[in-house]
Amino acid sequence: MTVRLQTEPFAPGELLAAFCQGRRDVGGVVSFTGLVRAEDETVQALELEAYPGFTDLEIGRIADAAVLRHGLIDVLIVHRLGRILPGEAIVFVAAAAAHRRAAFEAADQLMDYLKSRAPFWKKSHDATGARWIEPRPEDYQDAARWDDAPAPLSLEDRR
Amino acid sequence: MRVLLFGRLRDVAGWRERTLTSPPLSVTALKAALARDHLALGEALDRPGVQAAVNKAIVRDDAALTADAEVAFLPPMSGG
Repeated sequence: MTVRLQTEPFAPGELLAAFCQGRRDVGGVVSFTGLVRAEDETVQALELEAYPGFTDLEIGRIADAAVLRHGLIDVLIVHRLGRILPGEAIVFVAAAAAHRRAAFEAADQLMDYLKSRAPFWKKSHDATGARWIEPRPEDYQDAARWDDAPAPLSLEDRR
Repeated sequence: MRVLLFGRLRDVAGWRERTLTSPPLSVTALKAALARDHLALGEALDRPGVQAAVNKAIVRDDAALTADAEVAFLPPMSGG
């Protein structure tokens, strides 16, 4: 399990290729890449702030729980910090499992968490200035789908 | 004691980090001290959803503080 917070841009394809490299026990890798939307050219940039030593640990704790819950073989989470421009990748999540369903569900769950509950503070810059953004109600609803859910079926059941 | 502000709290206060030489004994006392110094920051710290972390762990406002603590005030988290 790896969590990386970085100000530098990243190439999602390169991350995915490296993540898939040399694995003989993995049957499926699901990856998600989130890009910054221009919102009809109103958004000039997003600015992401984290609390180093807190944000990365908190995300790591959730990623570890996802590994256990979904029986993953590995997880990679890369998140940008600082100023990010429309069209640039802001987040990358990859989940590797023996079978595809666990990888799909883990990537879905981790993104719901990252979009609504992860300890970031986000500012949107437009032509009129800048404002702090908070999650939309549907982001919280998406994340709540994974609260107190029954344990997943075993891999045997899922074939 | 180091005090850190994040998100909109930093904008309200106009600073990100401050070292206090005579540290208050609890989070509540620290908030009161910051409010005396800066009324708008005091109001922002009292808004719903603002959490305090001591040495990178979320605590309640009655948590005791030590002179070497790192105290962070965290506005509602936005996700990425």
